[in-house]
Amino acid sequence: MFSLVAFIPRAVQQGVPLLFGSTGETITEKSGNLNLGIPGVMYVGAISGVIGSFFYEQSVPSGNLNGFFAIFIPLICALIGSLLMGLLYCFLTVSLRANQNVTGLAMTTFGIGFGNFFGGSLIKLAGADVPSISLSATSAYFSKSLPFASKAGWFGKVFLSYGFLAYVAIIIALICAYVLRKTRVGLHLRAVGEDPAAADAAGINVKKYKYVSTCLGCMIAGLGGLYYVMDYACGVWSNDAFGDRGWLAIALVIFTIWKPDIGILSSILFGGLYILYLYLPSGTHTEYKELYKMIPYIVTLVVLVITSMRNKKEDQPPKSLGTNYFREER
Amino acid sequence: MENKEVAISLRGITKSFGEVTANSNVNLDVYKGEILSLLGENGSGKTTLMNMLAGIYYPDAGQIIINGKEAVIRSPRDAFDLGIGMVHQHFKLIDVFDATENIILGLEGKLNKKEAEKRIKEICDKYGFEINTKKKIYDMSVSEKQTVEIVKVLYRGADILILDEPTAVLTPQETEKLFNVMRNMKHDGKSLVIITHKLNEVQSISDRVAVLRHGEFISDMRTSKTNAQEMTDMMVGHSVSLNIERPDPVDPKPRIVVENLTVVDEEGIVKLDDVSFTANTGEILGIAGISGCGQKELLRAIAGLEIIKDGKITYIHQDGRTEDLLGKSPREISELGVKLSFVPEDRLGMGLVGNMNLADNMMLRSYRSGKSRFFTEKKEPRKLAEKVVDKLQVSTPSIDTPVRLLSGGNVQKVLVGREISSRPKVLLTAYAVRGLDISSSYQIYDLINQQKKRGAAVLFVGEDLDVLVELCDRVLVLCGGKVSGIVDGRNTDKYTLGSMMTQRGEAI
Amino acid sequence: MGQKVKEPRYHIVKRADISKREAWTIRIIAILAALLLCAIITMVCTGDNPISIFVTIFKGAFGTQRKTWITLQYVAILLIISLALTPAFKMQFWNVGGEGQVLMGGLAAAACMITLADKLPNAVVIILMIVSSILAGAIWGVIPAIFKALWNTNETLSTLMMNYIATQLVAYFTIVWEVPKGSGKIGIINQNSNVGWLPNIGNKYLLSIIVAAVVTIGMFIYLKFTKHGYEIEVVGESQNTARYVGISVEKVVIRTMLLSGAICGLAGLLLVGGINHTITTTISAGQGFTGVMVSWLAKFNPVAMIFTSLLIIFMSRGASEISTAFELNQSFADILTGIILFFIIGCEFFIRYKIVVRKDLGKEDA
Repeated sequence: MFSLVAFIPRAVQQGVPLLFGSTGETITEKSGNLNLGIPGVMYVGAISGVIGSFFYEQSVPSGNLNGFFAIFIPLICALIGSLLMGLLYCFLTVSLRANQNVTGLAMTTFGIGFGNFFGGSLIKLAGADVPSISLSATSAYFSKSLPFASKAGWFGKVFLSYGFLAYVAIIIALICAYVLRKTRVGLHLRAVGEDPAAADAAGINVKKYKYVSTCLGCMIAGLGGLYYVMDYACGVWSNDAFGDRGWLAIALVIFTIWKPDIGILSSILFGGLYILYLYLPSGTHTEYKELYKMIPYIVTLVVLVITSMRNKKEDQPPKSLGTNYFREER
Repeated sequence: MENKEVAISLRGITKSFGEVTANSNVNLDVYKGEILSLLGENGSGKTTLMNMLAGIYYPDAGQIIINGKEAVIRSPRDAFDLGIGMVHQHFKLIDVFDATENIILGLEGKLNKKEAEKRIKEICDKYGFEINTKKKIYDMSVSEKQTVEIVKVLYRGADILILDEPTAVLTPQETEKLFNVMRNMKHDGKSLVIITHKLNEVQSISDRVAVLRHGEFISDMRTSKTNAQEMTDMMVGHSVSLNIERPDPVDPKPRIVVENLTVVDEEGIVKLDDVSFTANTGEILGIAGISGCGQKELLRAIAGLEIIKDGKITYIHQDGRTEDLLGKSPREISELGVKLSFVPEDRLGMGLVGNMNLADNMMLRSYRSGKSRFFTEKKEPRKLAEKVVDKLQVSTPSIDTPVRLLSGGNVQKVLVGREISSRPKVLLTAYAVRGLDISSSYQIYDLINQQKKRGAAVLFVGEDLDVLVELCDRVLVLCGGKVSGIVDGRNTDKYTLGSMMTQRGEAI
Repeated sequence: MGQKVKEPRYHIVKRADISKREAWTIRIIAILAALLLCAIITMVCTGDNPISIFVTIFKGAFGTQRKTWITLQYVAILLIISLALTPAFKMQFWNVGGEGQVLMGGLAAAACMITLADKLPNAVVIILMIVSSILAGAIWGVIPAIFKALWNTNETLSTLMMNYIATQLVAYFTIVWEVPKGSGKIGIINQNSNVGWLPNIGNKYLLSIIVAAVVTIGMFIYLKFTKHGYEIEVVGESQNTARYVGISVEKVVIRTMLLSGAICGLAGLLLVGGINHTITTTISAGQGFTGVMVSWLAKFNPVAMIFTSLLIIFMSRGASEISTAFELNQSFADILTGIILFFIIGCEFFIRYKIVVRKDLGKEDA
């Protein structure tokens, strides 16, 4: 009854938005910025993409979508939308040195409101009977799997059946892991997050690193929102459907101990846990599915507690996480 | 000397922080291929001045001329580009990185650790350093960390090196090693500036000495043409002989008996090793040692702030009853009726709360008392604050001013005033006069002597050997966490203490 | 080469001290600027003129007697949650778990209402509800505190996780207790018997308001005049100092989080037993997070919190009136609230620092 070949693709599809989110948040946190606005950013990324593709679909007669534009326009819109959120966060916390927790939470309030507001407005523009927008034409481009996926049997199903953004997520995670571990930029970024004063004294432009990593992080996270709506949800935007995935992405950062490459498999694990309830034997009470959804958070909490118990220096959160840096402070 | 090229030239440098002027109109030259000592008391503006060269601070006014060209140093990166490197007193190293990663931090180009390690080795061989490139900073001793800092600066090809009190944390052997390296660098044509307030170091290492006082440039001269007296005079402004009062102890009786005390810190490093001594009533017991040799831990252990691995600390009441203080928290100690006061080294980070006003800071020790179990008593602390301000001449706008806004000397008076207000039986002080001007220092010595005359047992951890020799009845010398010996303050001199600080001798 | 280097045109200096009046002037300017921006955005969205927009906002919050009461009730709940979080923030413990603590309090209250309705008299049920919801909130608050005390576990992250564990617990029990079966929600509990409904005092809004007033005064006194409050302040300012004077930091952290969680639990009780008479996963409506902002904006001062929570509720009620009036989406309120928050967050910079422009710039360039 339980088919692993059917389960894995679904877990992966659940995991991809989380992977985008957690990769983005990881590189943000590596610069010492604890961006609790990530859930909001992902909403903004999603809705920006939806807005872009909505107007594109509206502007061309049905069926005549150009494949390149159908992907390019929502992609660019999502990136710009989340970049603006990142700039806002940086401007407030880095330039104006505002409290990171408060700024992040305000961004989440704003971002979710922004997503639902424009989502709602578009729904009204579309004049649909159901409270959602369907962009199935665009979505078809996003969720197109690799051409030979269907011919490759179980292998194709497990590895090749996803839309391109899923592969992008994995590639980005691998690049981020490589950059953090093996390059000078990564070394500098980690230094900024550990001890900005020391990084500054070594000639690293702390502000620049914080800005760039946080904005890039937001853009990556925004792609997660875009993937969710365009691929996973088949182009259907409905308000609040994205749910708590943004927070789950933050949990994933802790679970992976700030390592994006671990995030690839962990996000699939989280995705699997998130939908495990679907595979409960029939006859199980439906309430247990809610308990299964709790597992990722409990596991993360346990990881967080265990890493703090073991107190291994390399596994701790970046030391300056959540605090701002001001050179002439004395 | 005159035909030497000028490497740095500072003209009219001024910098202030809020109301406080740290440097005012400073002019200073540093030549190529020389070692310049920048001498001055704590708080005379040496570090601030050098931080402006290193790009940490930006001057409010004035010019910096490097190799004949006017330079603008906005950041440490600008400083590196001009060939200036500074080794800060508080190391700027990333704990979880290894030595190589720290050394190449901030540089550009492809990351190639192998290549970097090779170059580090070359530098080490050239100047005589030893370094383990793969060791993580958190596993390193202070002297290893300092080596990393210096190599980091050299790796960037700095021609001008600034060392901020590099010897404060070193043993004499390590200091000698450092000085040798510095001489090698000088012969290599580099300019070195060493910030210090130790005259013997000035004389042994530098070619020239420049003196700062209260943020102003006083004078510079060749080291060979001056002497300790002249330098002291310039540093403090007028000729001082310390002449600290030392009343004879009246009826000294054992008050605190420490036996075989061993303290190991979180990282497993032995901080105190089998320490035994007795502190008597009506007596000042000085504690000398190179910084980091266990002085801090000793006081903290007695105050109930260290986890003690082994040993015994006994308090003896006036009537001969004894209390075991081992393993008790500060609160439990005070509940035993043991009146113990502690003036810690870190005044605003430990002894006082910077953001609280004077009155609320007075409550720190006494807030648990008062009639109500639940509510705080505010009147008594206010009275006490007024008394302290009045008696110790604390200059403050009011007792409602947050203590962080007061100057260093006044902060210390508030702290000492509170600690002695409870009429302690034991008074522990750590670096009680650090950073204070002369007159505040004498006021503190007086206060400590008053406590001694009252019959308190005073433990005085100090760094200035002259003061220890003149103020204390007995001096206990620590070296690497062990007791080198206890000497009579009246029959010793600072040279004896100095040599005891550097070797683990047998008790004399 | 060297002549082209630019000097920094300005630098930022920390203000030594700023008078309260100046600080509040800056804040009020920021709020006015934010309102202006909100008005412009609303104009773009609705085409209405700004004055009538503000009239609509005001009407939304205080238009009728009933609306005023509801606004005040909302303020009361948000205020209680903000006050609950405040002692934790004062000791630099970033409790972003208010949401979960409120939910657990609410869940405990709902559990009593549902399971004990036919077994015990109403008064006993209510007493058990009060006890159990306060206890549930306190337990939820103290778990991260224990982790922090024992192993220094990052509390922002652990309290955040606790929120979602609580949410899923509520979701689980929602289905266990769902009425009717399969509907996925509980509906009004004890609709006919009203067992476990907190009594109306005067009208149905007043109870929460009175509780909020009591908690505000209590918290003000607790923080300012008690030994516990003093200890919290010392721990928040410097843990070293706390240890030095013999305050057990661990004990204070645990005790304070017990209190913080307990008051959140109380808010949950009011939401379930006093206002909604049901429980859903969204019953606290993100106020655990909004409370973080309210408390921080008020600089952890309980009295100032009355105004900051009023401001937030006023805006969100007003904005939702706008969305109704102009047939916009309800989420419009979140956008406007967000904008105001950004302005207030940003303006703190100008209270703490001042920007000094170099005066001799022209001369240097010449």
